[in-house]
Amino acid sequence: MKKKSVSSSLSRRQFLKGFGSGVAGSVALNKIASALPLQKTLEKAANDANRTPLNLSVNGKTYRLSVEPNRTLAEVIREDLQLTGTKVVCNHGECGACTVLLDGEAVYSCHILALDAEGKSVTTIEGLLGGEELHPLQKAFVKKDGIQCGFCTPGQIMAAQALLLKNPRPAKEDVLEGMSGNLCRCGAYPKIIESVLEAAKTD
Amino acid sequence: MADSKIIKSKYFFEEDFTEELAEVSANKYADWNKKELKVVGKPVSRVDGYDKVSGSAVFTFDVILPNMAHAKTLRCPHPHAKIKRINTKKAEKIPGVLGILTYENAPKISWYGKSFLFDPHLRYEGDEVAFVAAENERIAEQALKLIEVDYEILPFVTDAAEAMKKDAPKLYDDGNIRGGKPSVYERGDIDKGFEEASAVAEQTYKTQVEIHNPTEPHCSVVNWDGDYLTIWDSTQGVFSVRDRVADVLKLPASRVRVIKKYMGGAFGAKLEAGKYTVMAALLARKIGRPVRIALDRREMNLSVGNRPDSVQKLKGGATKDGRLTALYQYSYGAAGAHPAGAGCSWALRTMYLCPNVKTEEYTVYINAGRARPFRAPGHVQGFFALEALIDELAEKIGMDPLEFRIKNHTDRDQVFDAPYTSKLLLDAYRVAAEAIGWKNRPQPAGSDAGPLKRGIGMSSQIWWGGGGPPAYATLKLNRDGSVRIIAGSQDIGTGTYTILAQVASEVLEIPMEKVEVLLGDTAVAPYCGSSGGSTTAPSVSPAVRDAAEQMKAKLLSGAAAHLNVSESQLVYRNGVIHTKGKNKKSMTIREIARKMGERVLVTTGKREANPDGYAINSFGVQFAEVEVDTETGKVSVKKIVAAYDIGRVLNPKTLENQIHGGIIQGLGFALFEERIIDRNTGKVLTTNLHDYKLPTVKDTPQIDIRIVSKGDSKISNTGVKGVGEPAMIPTPAAIGNAVYNAIGKRIKSLPITPDKVLTALQS
Ligand code: FES
Ligand code: FES
Repeated sequence: MKKKSVSSSLSRRQFLKGFGSGVAGSVALNKIASALPLQKTLEKAANDANRTPLNLSVNGKTYRLSVEPNRTLAEVIREDLQLTGTKVVCNHGECGACTVLLDGEAVYSCHILALDAEGKSVTTIEGLLGGEELHPLQKAFVKKDGIQCGFCTPGQIMAAQALLLKNPRPAKEDVLEGMSGNLCRCGAYPKIIESVLEAAKTD
Repeated sequence: MADSKIIKSKYFFEEDFTEELAEVSANKYADWNKKELKVVGKPVSRVDGYDKVSGSAVFTFDVILPNMAHAKTLRCPHPHAKIKRINTKKAEKIPGVLGILTYENAPKISWYGKSFLFDPHLRYEGDEVAFVAAENERIAEQALKLIEVDYEILPFVTDAAEAMKKDAPKLYDDGNIRGGKPSVYERGDIDKGFEEASAVAEQTYKTQVEIHNPTEPHCSVVNWDGDYLTIWDSTQGVFSVRDRVADVLKLPASRVRVIKKYMGGAFGAKLEAGKYTVMAALLARKIGRPVRIALDRREMNLSVGNRPDSVQKLKGGATKDGRLTALYQYSYGAAGAHPAGAGCSWALRTMYLCPNVKTEEYTVYINAGRARPFRAPGHVQGFFALEALIDELAEKIGMDPLEFRIKNHTDRDQVFDAPYTSKLLLDAYRVAAEAIGWKNRPQPAGSDAGPLKRGIGMSSQIWWGGGGPPAYATLKLNRDGSVRIIAGSQDIGTGTYTILAQVASEVLEIPMEKVEVLLGDTAVAPYCGSSGGSTTAPSVSPAVRDAAEQMKAKLLSGAAAHLNVSESQLVYRNGVIHTKGKNKKSMTIREIARKMGERVLVTTGKREANPDGYAINSFGVQFAEVEVDTETGKVSVKKIVAAYDIGRVLNPKTLENQIHGGIIQGLGFALFEERIIDRNTGKVLTTNLHDYKLPTVKDTPQIDIRIVSKGDSKISNTGVKGVGEPAMIPTPAAIGNAVYNAIGKRIKSLPITPDKVLTALQS
């Protein structure tokens, strides 16, 4: 499976690994990581005292938040902003369900820290809507039935959006490549491919 | 109109027959003529499409309640252990921890027969040790790390063959074989059958453990309101969850409400109430707050079901002219640590005409997560073996494998000695063989030149999937002429919301936009069974038709009263009722509804009884075309042609999607999916979606679907058979046979990984 480019240099796994040794890549993390043993660090990180201010721009709106530095972008989107369209399936950067756009690039939001999204613009599935109106890409997924249970669907659509932003007229091979980082356990792939090609046609 | 009676209803559901009393409709309706249908049978877009593509669909995973606490489960890290001592003091002290349950403070609730909700005897890696609720998941996770458990480590066994040996570590006092003996089926005289055979093939085939891995994890959100418990659950069966939870918590069923609106897949893993749901309910009551519990991917791969593995020793005999004389199966499979079915002999018993059959099957306990039904339980495994054996026999007698299958076609179910209501398998063979180019397959096997060898293989398929009563649907007419269908079924991603709306729209001749469907709520909906066994559409769609037809009758009678004419003078067309002849008078549904007041206009439809003396089965065939890279051992599936007799198609768009899904899951099972346990430590090595390999979009073959059936009016008023499971059954077998056709060597165990291919090529 192709892994999406994660624009942050720091993935969550690296973060956890580096936690005790102080090699984590952002200032806020280093401060905590060097001072405390792992268990205490985790505990403290989850407590209010360790929150860090964060200005997060999501779907064109800026939120002034205060978050624990170990929280992922997916967690903050789902829990703090209650934008539950973004799903978490593996929480390990393996399936694409949590895909959002970060400055127009598809990223796995479970695999990037919320703090690393500061200063960038995040788009979630909700952000594709124009009011109540579906985006043409979303319409194409309904028309071509690129859905079964629908749980992977927001991630599929965001991956497709990133692909179409880069390549508005993709060939089928481009679609296979662009969508290969998003698992669909229901196996709706043939119709997901059709949906993306349909959107490319109508866009 | 609304005629009904109560009967004893019996039909096959997943692994066994269900038998219960059911009120059934006695109403008879004209057969639908495909040509005249306006909505049913048309490629209507999913009615819940907007919710699912906009992100506004609220799955159980997404439910947020005020003051909701979050739970996590401590699971046993060992394959087999006993808790000597458990101390939760330190964990309780973490700020934000709200409550902890263990076997010491939780009620002793019996679970899995001989075990308990919390059992200090832990029988697999992943068994439940403690359950923590906290302000958020992260705090709950920390608390798990601070629970101190002294385990007495016990000897373990993680392989069915090992577990069957006398001196194997025991999971239960009475041994590791479920029921202490094999389950045996016999017809005719197996020895005589083999004597009559001029060719005999004998072979052992193996299939692996497969994990469901639906994208939405198993999850529940529970909330107490006094003694009234509401559960949002990611489940295939709201009533099955309600009944189980009410039983174990000793609550009246009327005080438990289970809701499921959207669910991110299940494939059989969510047919039963989860331990986590009951634990959450217990803890929610204790802490006085709603509790959410969602399993993580590791737990999904350890603890909530799998397709059991199988070792199948098969022997078959045939005459020179291609008549099967005997079929024998000796097999065993691992149920995991608790009772579950691991049988897989229905394929061999029912698919082909054969007078002498014997099967002996063992279900074995091992120290690993318990099996659950998985999309066509038993059949996917059974067909892989049976269809390979059939090909081997065909080769032995020098007959075309397709011709051999046609020769052994049967129009009767041989286990119950009953005719099928319909069986169009021969048509399916014909159109599919033509579409794949069966005649042009490499002959003999392995004769394709070059390092990339092409091959074609096939597999037949049989499944139950006729559904049956009880299944009810309420239909409510609103004052404006729009309607709501309410049924206790659930849409698990297959399109149930859509097909039921289509049925009501068809009968009442009103646009789809005027039909709303509410499913998955035990507080308001009449009973329907769980969504499994490919029974949902065949069970529930006739109940909806019955409800809509009753509503139509009510409307006619209302119009007759208002217009002062007899009903026989009225015609119902496009949602308008008018008098025949000149001086036409008419009323729209909306006008009648407003006159009557919506309280009156409620009907409840019922699934009619299945016909006596018949077997109801779906049939199909898949042909696979593969390409095997003989240098790397990689198998690519290029094309699948799938032809089915599944009765009436309600919606070709969602049907195609469902068949695609079955084929792609079958492809994953054939080529890469496998739960791997390390024999030395007894621990599962494949607990995430990187190590457990699922098919991706790039693995998708070209898929060509042909439906040869139009509708089976013997079954029900909609004539539908289910397709969810049939879609997956033949795929691994067809791929296995295609690989043989490509390289001339048979891979007898799934998944067909490159190392197995290369080893076979070198042998
Ligand atoms: S949930 Fe983020 S990649 Fe799977
Ligand atoms: S639609 Fe169910 S996982 Fe993709």
